[in-house]
Amino acid sequence: MNMFKRIFAFYYTGFRDMTVGKSLWLIILIKLFIIFFILRLFFFKPDLSECDSPQQKSEKVIENLLNCR
Amino acid sequence: MILSALIDASRLQFALTAMFHWIFVPLTLGLGFIIAFMETRYYLYSKKEGTENQQKALFWKKLTRFWARIFAVNFAVGVATGIILEFQFGTNWSNYSWFVGDIFGAPLAIEGIFAFFMESTFFAVMYFGWDKVSKRFHLASTWLTAIGANLSAVWILIANAWMQYPVGMEFNPDTARNEMVNFAEVVFSPVAMNKLFHTATSAFMLASVVVIGISCWYLLKERNRDYAVKSIKVAAVFGLFSALLLAYSGDGSAYNVARHQPMKLAAMEGLYNGGKGAPLVGFALLDPDKERGDGEDPYLFSISIPKALSFLATRDFNGFVPGIEDIINGGYTYKDADGVERVAIPFEQKREKGLLAIEALKEYNRAANTGNDSLKMRAAAALEENFGYFGYGYLESAQESVPPVALTFYAFRIMVILGGYFILFFIAVLWMLRKGCFNAAGRKMKWFLYLAVASVPLVYICSQSGWIVAEVGRQPWTIQDLLPVQAAVSGVSASNVYTTVAIFFVLFTILLVAELKIMFSQIKKGFEEIK
Repeated sequence: MNMFKRIFAFYYTGFRDMTVGKSLWLIILIKLFIIFFILRLFFFKPDLSECDSPQQKSEKVIENLLNCR
Repeated sequence: MILSALIDASRLQFALTAMFHWIFVPLTLGLGFIIAFMETRYYLYSKKEGTENQQKALFWKKLTRFWARIFAVNFAVGVATGIILEFQFGTNWSNYSWFVGDIFGAPLAIEGIFAFFMESTFFAVMYFGWDKVSKRFHLASTWLTAIGANLSAVWILIANAWMQYPVGMEFNPDTARNEMVNFAEVVFSPVAMNKLFHTATSAFMLASVVVIGISCWYLLKERNRDYAVKSIKVAAVFGLFSALLLAYSGDGSAYNVARHQPMKLAAMEGLYNGGKGAPLVGFALLDPDKERGDGEDPYLFSISIPKALSFLATRDFNGFVPGIEDIINGGYTYKDADGVERVAIPFEQKREKGLLAIEALKEYNRAANTGNDSLKMRAAAALEENFGYFGYGYLESAQESVPPVALTFYAFRIMVILGGYFILFFIAVLWMLRKGCFNAAGRKMKWFLYLAVASVPLVYICSQSGWIVAEVGRQPWTIQDLLPVQAAVSGVSASNVYTTVAIFFVLFTILLVAELKIMFSQIKKGFEEIK
């Protein structure tokens, strides 16, 4: 338990004492938010996500491969 | 029918996002080892007795901490730029991402594990742990951060190498997926091994040029002279060593391309009609009006080295190197992957085999659905016999099998010419260090210092050009010979893709500007701020 406390304190102090790192982290968090909650949800929906099972996915891909000629 | 607009939009999006990602990755890969070396010097001096050694230790510590700060900014800026690429596999390239099965998924998963556990964990110790953990543990963390970053890259490069030279798998017609049957064959394929070597050394060279460029900027400003000169020394040695290995592995790359992707080599050279004793084009201007079969010289102007292309491609000065027309028409002798001599078949025959493979898949699917086992077996046999040319069944004409020649040709020349320049650059830097030219850099030296600073964007151009050759040169294939882009792309609308391209471009350019501002402000602050 003592070790976990020390590890926690290590990270906590490290993040707290950051200067330029705080700005970088803000940019990273903004970027991750945009990627996962805007782009991923609204623009990057996996094409096979409507398929419920791997079998349905393979059937859809086979259909695509055979019909795209 | 898949519209060409959709294919172009999807390719454009992937190219832009991949190039954006590749702005940050090579500096992380190379600078990690430069910092690890600097910290090793600090550690060794800190273990020695005496005031002079302790002062040297402090000097190397300050040097390490400055470059570690630059590393941290670049590392943070690069975070998540690769995730967009993974999104696109599922959205724009769903047929491809399903078709590759375990082959792509496993290396990407391992890459993620390495990135998360190794890099992130030890990076935190490297960044937060100064004077908090033991010197030995901190040094180990720095080395493990550098190694972890490079190990992450290993797996994605293995996946990319498989796209260029698919081996170690069997196609399962029940699931339409390629299943890995030989992990070692995938990991240790000659294309994978060379690609790892070539990409890693290119990253090391890039990082070295960046360190020298930034250090020369300090010399121009007449600041932090001792730190700048020492940084230049470390980077020049690392850089020259890397650049020479890069040239050696570049030769290996071209040899692999000649054996496994001859059309890519033909495009790289602008070679329409091959022959024995083929010359290597050092520099040329392509005729923009050149078309296949017109009998015209592809070059408006060229400087060539006689027989050099034959030697590089076949290890025989009189070896036959096929051009675009030869590959389409077939009939020439070549050695396959096992070294067996074969006669190349023409495009039309490859296309027929591809069509047979696609028809066999259709028959297999029908037989599986109706429970007709004998038909299923016959179809499976026909599919297996012709699967090596599966992708050709989607190509309507021979022209579709030819990649963009001009872009591949010029990108290759930019890469090689700049690569050669950097070898000379590092030699010049080392010579000037030996002569003590940097120690009292006066007005006479200024031109070289400006050249060093200007070399920073040049090395990024060199690095990106290499990937353009690799990825544009393999068009139309997402997987060489097995899956062209028209069969790989999803059924989304082109306008949707262009919308995401625009969003990505605007948002990430804004973020990039903000991130670069932070990077430049750290460089501007210099070594003075480091305690």
